[in-house]
Amino acid sequence: MAGKAGVRFWRETSSRYNLAGNRCGKCGRFYMPPRPVCLSCHRESLGKMEDARLKGTGEVLSFTVVHESARNFELQSPYIMAIIRMDEGPALTAQIVDCSPQDVKIGSRVSAVFRKIGEEGKSGVIYYGYKFVLD
Amino acid sequence: MAAGIVSYGAYVPRFRIATESIANVWGQDPVAMARGLGVQSKSVPGADEDVVTLAVAAARMAMRRAGLPGNAVGAVYVGSESHPYAVKPTATIVAEAIEATPLLTAADFEFACKAGTAAIQACMGLVSSGMIGHGLAVGADTSQGAPGDPLEYSASAGAAAFLIGTRDLVALIDRTCSFTTDTPDFWRREGQRYPRHGGRFTGAPAYFRHIASCGRELLERSGSKPSDYTYAVFHQPNGKFPLRAAEELGFKPEQLKPGLLTPVIGNTYSAAVPLGLAATLDVAKPGDRIFVTAYGSGAGADSFDITVTDRILSQDRTGTPTVQSLIDRKVMIDYAIYAKLRGKLLLGGGAE
Amino acid sequence: MRDVAILGAGITQFGELWESSLRDLGIQAGFEAMRDARIRSDEIDALLVGNMAAGRLIDQTHIGALIADHAGLAGKGVPAVTIECADASGAAAFHHAYLSVASGLHDIVVVGGAEKMTDLPDEDVTDIMATSLDQQWEAFFGATLFADYAMVARRHMHEHGTTREQMAAVAVKNHAHGALNPKAQFQRPIKLESVLGAPAVAQPLGVLDCAPISDGAAAVVLCSADRARKISDSYIKVAASAQAGDSLALHSRGSLCGFEASRVAMEKALKLAGRSRKEIDLAEVHDVTTISEILAVEDLGFVKKGEGGRAAESGMTALGGELPVNTSGGLKARGHPLGATGIAQVIELVEQLKGNAGRRQVKDARLGLAHNVGGCGATAFVHILEAV
Repeated sequence: MAGKAGVRFWRETSSRYNLAGNRCGKCGRFYMPPRPVCLSCHRESLGKMEDARLKGTGEVLSFTVVHESARNFELQSPYIMAIIRMDEGPALTAQIVDCSPQDVKIGSRVSAVFRKIGEEGKSGVIYYGYKFVLD
Repeated sequence: MAAGIVSYGAYVPRFRIATESIANVWGQDPVAMARGLGVQSKSVPGADEDVVTLAVAAARMAMRRAGLPGNAVGAVYVGSESHPYAVKPTATIVAEAIEATPLLTAADFEFACKAGTAAIQACMGLVSSGMIGHGLAVGADTSQGAPGDPLEYSASAGAAAFLIGTRDLVALIDRTCSFTTDTPDFWRREGQRYPRHGGRFTGAPAYFRHIASCGRELLERSGSKPSDYTYAVFHQPNGKFPLRAAEELGFKPEQLKPGLLTPVIGNTYSAAVPLGLAATLDVAKPGDRIFVTAYGSGAGADSFDITVTDRILSQDRTGTPTVQSLIDRKVMIDYAIYAKLRGKLLLGGGAE
Repeated sequence: MRDVAILGAGITQFGELWESSLRDLGIQAGFEAMRDARIRSDEIDALLVGNMAAGRLIDQTHIGALIADHAGLAGKGVPAVTIECADASGAAAFHHAYLSVASGLHDIVVVGGAEKMTDLPDEDVTDIMATSLDQQWEAFFGATLFADYAMVARRHMHEHGTTREQMAAVAVKNHAHGALNPKAQFQRPIKLESVLGAPAVAQPLGVLDCAPISDGAAAVVLCSADRARKISDSYIKVAASAQAGDSLALHSRGSLCGFEASRVAMEKALKLAGRSRKEIDLAEVHDVTTISEILAVEDLGFVKKGEGGRAAESGMTALGGELPVNTSGGLKARGHPLGATGIAQVIELVEQLKGNAGRRQVKDARLGLAHNVGGCGATAFVHILEAV
């Protein structure tokens, strides 16, 4: 598994660090990560998608506490995964951190923070991205 | 052009471990240790935190307060002795995270606990000369002490960032000077996990000599005396040394109060003086003068003569926490969780 | 397009089959299906294999070629292809096998599904199952397949008042059914309290809410209905084979409480079959988790959205109930070798429609439905089989 994080995740740095997405120039719908074509306008959106950043604020649509964790997440287990509806419209899947599970409710307001997501072993690349904290 | 602080940001992780919890593991007297070191507890980074994430949090706060776009930053320097990579600068990741890339210069600094202030000096030079408009200097650490070593009680985690510029300043840096020698008081060899130190050698010939020499030099060049300053921030490897250094130079304990954080969050190494300064700026009023002297083992001291401007009150700091509120929001952990978070347990499992 | 019939079926034991490799399992199911169909290898026009993850699980791709070779078909020029739609690979392979016969391209096709999941430690399998999610935007951040389903469950509980007990009732029912199925991975009934008290996987899902890691293979032989009629007046006809899709990531969907892909596939299937859902006598649905079955009975329209929790709890979907669901034991108790499940579901329907289901038999079963989902709902297949 050498080098996967290095290149495959590097391409998306601005989206994972800064919530860089895009917006349909025709209907205004937001996307994060950016999409090549608007799901509402289809071909009429080609060439009209504009860069747009999300503010980083949203609300919890659903969440779970993961006990059987993905590889490389064992040190954080159990951890909270959530689907968050960002204020601009798109929904994201991300961890909620710095709180206990009892504090999280459907509808809780959250804000994005910059955290370490994982690393490719002790000698590999470290990858960072968004997680969320309760407001 | 005169350089100064446009804005600043800070971050302290929320976990704390009490001196007593560490002492009990190593069979030392908890009360005596806490009293002797002047440290009650220290901050501990979470499993998903490292110098990069701490630096980004502090940097983003500084940028938010400045209200400037990322491309206004012409340099990012991060000082630390616990950069996650030995080669690949923390500064590039911070630069990306504040959207300052690609037209900027960046590098990482190392000078034990004064890497952050060295970064401030470098930014001062770049902005004063007109080479760049703004420079971001960050001091951040997730320092470690060997298990059972006295340093384990104080080595902690934190970050503070300073956006340096020549306009719209919340504080002017009227003068800076440094005192640098080759002194082996505390070091870590390449590839080694924990630092080593010279025991009592770290005192008089190291910390005290450099702080006193540098501090006196700054006072002389400024033509000022300790009572001219409202506040003083000293490097704080424990809760005792800074008070003694202050007294030697003629400063009073009250002047150190807002900037002395080690007793509750431990020694945040490259962030120690930067955080102390940030905490002081949180309460400072226009016209206040702040005397700052950082110390880094190896060894050197950086001193700064700072004057707070009117802008400190008008800058919008809403939605960004004060250093005190970061200190107050805490979760106590025990030695077992601490050891797990700090990688002091030999984990098994798959390939590394 | 001509009608297609199922001529024969074969299925291995499902479970932790340490002695059997993927190729062993593939041909075991395949040979049994050929014997059941009374066909010879030189009559096979094509082989389709549903397999999700052999490339990661055993470092082997090119599964069609592998199974064809191991079955002795190499050098006979038999086209062999692997079809992948995450854990709907079995249904996907069936769909394409059906199309190849219906279109007249082929006359006799063997279609199977196989998966070998126990050659790696469980932790690796969790990650490999998560490859059916959006790697860059779900799995990267720590989501697992069961974490996604757990978030579906919590939202369903929030919007519709579904309870953990109702979810647990699905597991209890399916294990009771599995106890009647000699090929099932788990053949012992379980108690509601055991499900509720099991260790957490991703709350609110516990170990007994989630399908197991399984090895297994299943295969059927398809031919034209004309050919089947030459053998017997009564046969099993594929009345409909339909697929629908939706966005890959769960967070991109319109709702977290249902799978649009399942709903649309069902509408298409009913239309193709020219039947109404009331006529369906039994269903094999995709219970990769207990909440999945609750969603399925709603999405397939057997109950109104939000009422799925009552279906197992009330006995409606138990053997002997109004609409028996997962008489095989489902993914939960029969097991879930990822690529094999879609075919295993079809085989359960075949057995039921032929009257060969023994103690699991649904009385007068004439029309059966199989529902196979890929990942957390990005793909869904619905097949309707009819006893002619």
